[in-house]
Amino acid sequence: MNILYDERVDGPLPAIDQQQLLLALRDALPDLEILHRNEDLKPYECDGLSAYRTVPLLVVLPERLEQVQTLLKLCHQRGVPVVARGAGTGLSGGALPLSKGILLVMARFNRILEVNAQGRYARVQPGVRNLAISQAAAPYGMYYAPDPSSQIACSIGGNVAENAGGVHCLKYGLTVHNLLKVEILTIEGERLTLGSDALDSPGFDLLALFTGSEGMLGIVTEVTVKLLPKPQVARVLLASFERVEDAGRAVAEIIAAGIIPGGLEMMDNLAIRAAEDFIHAGYPVEAAAILLCELDGVEADVQDDCERVQAVLEQAGASEVRLACDEAERVRFWAGRKNAFPAVGRISPDYYCMDGTIPRRELPRVLKGIAELSEQHGLRVANVFHAGDGNMHPLILFDANLPGELERAEAIGGKILELCVAVGGSITGEHGVGREKINQMCAQFNSDEITLFHAVKAAFDPQGLLNPGKNIPTLHRCAEFGAMHVHHGQLPFPDLERF
Amino acid sequence: MSMDRDLSQDLLEQVNQALNLGNPLRIQGGNSKAMLGNPVAGEIVDTRGHRGIVSYDPTELVLTARAGTPLLEIEAALHEAGQMLPCEPPHLGPNATLGGMVAAGLSGPRRPWAGSVRDYVLGTRLITGHGKLLRFGGEVMKNVAGYDVSRLMAGSFGCLGLLTEVSLKVLPQPRQTLSLRLAMDSHQALAELAEWGQQPLPISAACHDGEALYLRLEGGEGSVLSARQRLGGETLDNRFWSDLREQRLAFFKAPEPLWRLSVPTATGELQLPGRQLIDWGGAQRWLKSSAPAAQIRAQLAEVGGHATGYTAGTDSTAPLAEALLRYHRALKQQLDPQGIFNPGRLFPDL
Repeated sequence: MNILYDERVDGPLPAIDQQQLLLALRDALPDLEILHRNEDLKPYECDGLSAYRTVPLLVVLPERLEQVQTLLKLCHQRGVPVVARGAGTGLSGGALPLSKGILLVMARFNRILEVNAQGRYARVQPGVRNLAISQAAAPYGMYYAPDPSSQIACSIGGNVAENAGGVHCLKYGLTVHNLLKVEILTIEGERLTLGSDALDSPGFDLLALFTGSEGMLGIVTEVTVKLLPKPQVARVLLASFERVEDAGRAVAEIIAAGIIPGGLEMMDNLAIRAAEDFIHAGYPVEAAAILLCELDGVEADVQDDCERVQAVLEQAGASEVRLACDEAERVRFWAGRKNAFPAVGRISPDYYCMDGTIPRRELPRVLKGIAELSEQHGLRVANVFHAGDGNMHPLILFDANLPGELERAEAIGGKILELCVAVGGSITGEHGVGREKINQMCAQFNSDEITLFHAVKAAFDPQGLLNPGKNIPTLHRCAEFGAMHVHHGQLPFPDLERF
Repeated sequence: MSMDRDLSQDLLEQVNQALNLGNPLRIQGGNSKAMLGNPVAGEIVDTRGHRGIVSYDPTELVLTARAGTPLLEIEAALHEAGQMLPCEPPHLGPNATLGGMVAAGLSGPRRPWAGSVRDYVLGTRLITGHGKLLRFGGEVMKNVAGYDVSRLMAGSFGCLGLLTEVSLKVLPQPRQTLSLRLAMDSHQALAELAEWGQQPLPISAACHDGEALYLRLEGGEGSVLSARQRLGGETLDNRFWSDLREQRLAFFKAPEPLWRLSVPTATGELQLPGRQLIDWGGAQRWLKSSAPAAQIRAQLAEVGGHATGYTAGTDSTAPLAEALLRYHRALKQQLDPQGIFNPGRLFPDL
């Protein structure tokens, strides 16, 4: 199914003459860098979801806040759609351009404005890379907790827009839990401060509302993040299981023992073999599943917790439990997991990464469902799972050069997400809806709920100029997509009986 | 439980009637936080009949309950499973409900280390200003589908809709809890707290009453013991923290109006008329003062903080910047076009 902007179902966009707009922009903003020739625009035609591409009308690369403000006012006046982009690493097409819209690249706002160890915060521009914040805080023994796997490259502005996660969310939260304050420009060019330097602020919690709003409510121009003291130690246990169900039960038992690991990751056999082949992390290639459990904190507690977790894992039926004996082995254990995606990339020409979340108790049922879908459609699926917080990343293996394989991968992907919704989960845990999951939104929310989302949007951007077509589908699209509404599992899901 | 009842259809009907007649509603649970915000004139919607824990699976770390469920009932269920609400919400009365906890968005002494009420909201069911009962978020830890309407409800004082059900993330209780009293003045206490805040110490509450610094240590046996040895001081009954949270300490009994001052972490001492109690490791100050609201607010603005009146009749909510207020109005207009939900509770004409 083609998910590029379709005016027929996503709503008409104003026709804009590129040359006229270019002249107007140059006139209003003589020192703004604007790209307009096709060969210059081409590199911006997609974000991390590279299967979908649209060449934008124009690309602008501002360096000063006033330029963004003037640009937005001008776009507001002339009714020009604006798609914001940070580092372009997003996996859901949230920064996929529009052929009738400007792509606003915020990457040049890359200065760290302040690191305040006593106040435990860092104030940064939106184009600053996630990892650069932790690096700047490191001399103070502190760090910024959310660590999406793209943290070397992804920008904090994009993290705010997507409410990015990572492997440590269960204990340390998502982006929304680690923000103090965000400066915003609305489509009218109005400056808003959401949150404050204190821990709360009067009025509605617009900071929470804007986090994860995918650039649809305003443009992030500055971010103040919380910094945490670095945990004294971190240890990793690697447990092998002969049955996936046992691994799932072990996760529940660890939580039931009152332990919240810093990271708790699961991989299935296909993912294990791909990672081992690539990284040589020392993974057991015969295991049906492995669990990686990282315990971090103060030395004495971590020691105790390691012993407790080891006992729990053995009781749950682990065939082997290994404690990384030193930092080098700990890093190697993680390297296998952190490189699971590229590792899968080595065993298949293409792969499609899903991001559904489920209540953990549903894991065996969902994995069985995925295996069935995989068989039905004749494509392999490797499973990588943030087991602690129920966030699954099934990787669907396909070859885009073989006719029909991309479509089959998309079909499996869509069904996996609908399955997640049917068991009480969500279509996206951390990658965002963007353009990729726009149709599945119709499965997760009913038309009244989607209408309310549009009402929220209208409060900040009544003309719908900011990132049109992303995150929230039109009712027309939902009607067209014809998704059976499987909200809360209240309506029957035809595949469920067979799992 | 025998008192569990699903009255969401009745509540929906009451809202639809109010919409038909254009009558404002005053949403009320245990009425324990009535002194906050402005008084609301409207027909009372009592949520307390709509109560009961709908689901709670300790190994999923998620609890879902109806808005009228007494907070005491929820805390008892969690306690039985060795878990807790990490944000330690103040009850401020015997009848506090889950809905009131979320709508008021107040967090207790653990707030700076564990997060706020909003941080633990995973999903809500909500009756909207269009007379629909809708569901946002869910029962999973990570969920970025659509706008985060659930967290928007936290602290909105019922001005954007009527909460009927909330799903919360919960956590295991710490294995060890130990409270300490260290004699030192507030200047030294704030300096020490700023220093300790940069280190991985198991501090989970910190308060100064003008004479001594009170600390709570929470974690494993090892970390609590080593921190206790390092910090010194004398041990203290852990009930101190619930007395602080519920405003039962002697400080709160003075006759002057009570203010909650929210300030940036590591803010120094605040020179204000009246008496102060430091909470949240310095990020929250309680003030007993007869000084005019304008004077208190002006001083708070200078340090990047804000003041909330906790005594009925005071000008409770700090005013918003003009542009921000305009978008608040726009959001209210969109979600509650007839303005029936708690009109004026947070801000006049909103």
